[in-house]
Amino acid sequence: MKQMIGLEHYLVVAATLFVIGIFGLFLNRKNVIILLMSIELMLLAVNINLVAFSSFLGDLVGQVFTLFVLTVAAAEAAIGLAILVSFFRNRGTIAVEDVSVMKG
Amino acid sequence: MITDDLIIIVPEIILALFAMLALVGAVYTRKDAIGPLLTWVSAGLLALMGVWIAVNGDGDNTAFNGMFVDDGFARFAKVVVLISAAAVLAMSQDYMKQRGLLRFEYPLLVVLAVVGMMVMVSAGDLMALYMGLELQSLSLYVIASLRRDSVKSTEAGMKYFVLGALSSGLLLYGASLVYGFAGTTQFAGIILAAGEGQTSLGLLFGLTFVVAGLAFKVSAVPFHMWTPDVYEGAPTPITAFFATAPKMAAMGLFARVVHDAFGGVVADWQQILALLSLLSMFLGAVAAIGQKNIKRLMAYSSIAHMGYALMGLAAGTAFGVQAMLIYMAIYVTMNVGTFAFILTLSRDGQPVASIDALNMYSKREPGKALAVLVLMFSLAGVPPLVGFFGKFYVLRAAYDAGLAWLAIAGVVASVIGAFYYLRIVFYVYFGDEVEDLDTDRNPVLFGFLMSSAALIALAWFPGLNLLGLEAMALSAAEALLN
Repeated sequence: MKQMIGLEHYLVVAATLFVIGIFGLFLNRKNVIILLMSIELMLLAVNINLVAFSSFLGDLVGQVFTLFVLTVAAAEAAIGLAILVSFFRNRGTIAVEDVSVMKG
Repeated sequence: MITDDLIIIVPEIILALFAMLALVGAVYTRKDAIGPLLTWVSAGLLALMGVWIAVNGDGDNTAFNGMFVDDGFARFAKVVVLISAAAVLAMSQDYMKQRGLLRFEYPLLVVLAVVGMMVMVSAGDLMALYMGLELQSLSLYVIASLRRDSVKSTEAGMKYFVLGALSSGLLLYGASLVYGFAGTTQFAGIILAAGEGQTSLGLLFGLTFVVAGLAFKVSAVPFHMWTPDVYEGAPTPITAFFATAPKMAAMGLFARVVHDAFGGVVADWQQILALLSLLSMFLGAVAAIGQKNIKRLMAYSSIAHMGYALMGLAAGTAFGVQAMLIYMAIYVTMNVGTFAFILTLSRDGQPVASIDALNMYSKREPGKALAVLVLMFSLAGVPPLVGFFGKFYVLRAAYDAGLAWLAIAGVVASVIGAFYYLRIVFYVYFGDEVEDLDTDRNPVLFGFLMSSAALIALAWFPGLNLLGLEAMALSAAEALLN
């Protein structure tokens, strides 16, 4: 029997993407841009979740929420890149291990 | 009718419109020359809105189908947020001007952050919660790295951005699970789905993620790692802002989520909050001992204070919420005074953050030294100063709710924490002779330091009764729990 793709499948995909995003934040030692990509991945995982629930519940609110999240994610990426540029101008590097002037 | 909804959010609309129009106006006219004027105007407008909400607000109103709640609780939090933001803007004028940081964006970003905070404490829906939180956070990321030519400031902004975005992601993932398992994003609907005994595992998962995201924003241990670096790296007036208004807003939002949306499952979040509170109090007390930088020290101090505020919230009762509100109002007052003092510290025009520089401060500035003594004793919770009453309320709330172990731990942590506050007092009065600091004659900073110290030293007198704070917090707490 052929199995239908149901809510669980979407949730598993979203959870997997979310965990990949978190791992990307913590394991990555190379580049701050990868941190920005990981954050974006987490937000997109949330969007999959919201759309899947919205379709499952037959309720439009989840999709409206998704649009808000998309907008905010774009603003967030813009601000992250702006901070990254001014950081690069001061330090001449964007390696994660160099974001370490302050410690303790 | 849409007009009825709009009338309820008039303060937010006025502030948002002001920020947007001033932004456009400043770009088209005189750019940074207008910065000092805009700072005063913004501070005045914020204070005016605070007074207006305090005087005019009445009853429980909801707007936009329950998405925005204007009740006594929201108004209490908003007044604290608005007044403290206005105070910080007024204090930052001189410091920012001397270092060429008084760009016109600065006051406007503060105003936008405040609008975000007002939406946060009024949120009645996961969407309003998220939008308010992000408006606040995005503005704060930018002002943390306002000093673009400084390695420390941009690094602070970077760390704050990455960890803040991670926490927003966690919160949002939790919100999506809550939406899926409750079938609605409205708090009024979630509380029905999350009743006692029939709560699904998915909802509890969502709750845990949301609490983790919020714990980041109030800088509770183990989600505190950004706090010391951001406090140290950001320009001092901005650190003062971080230590006051956003903390109140985040605690207000925390209280709203756990009571309005998850009020039916107190036992489930109580243990998480109690653990967060315990860890924050002890880490804040122990880690501050080794700090030589006063801004870093204040960061650990604020982590510890958030632990006490969370203890009130962990009680899960109306009295607990009341205690938390009293604690936060007192905490904000003390921090405004303390940062007014830190802002006066400079040597040869450069800001000084090392606590060694305070040696024998009392010889040069006896009046200010006395104010610092009062503030430090109050932060440590020494009776009979007002800071003691804040601690007393949260400890009693925790004890009444059957969390006696947490209350005892709180007393132990406050004794440990008293060490580093008293060390500052020791340096001020007894330390060794060092090179003199500049004498600061800024009347605004002096006024804030002295009036905050006077409030802390005198408001506990029986006749003054904490200036009615107890009754205001009580009606706010009752508005939240009904």
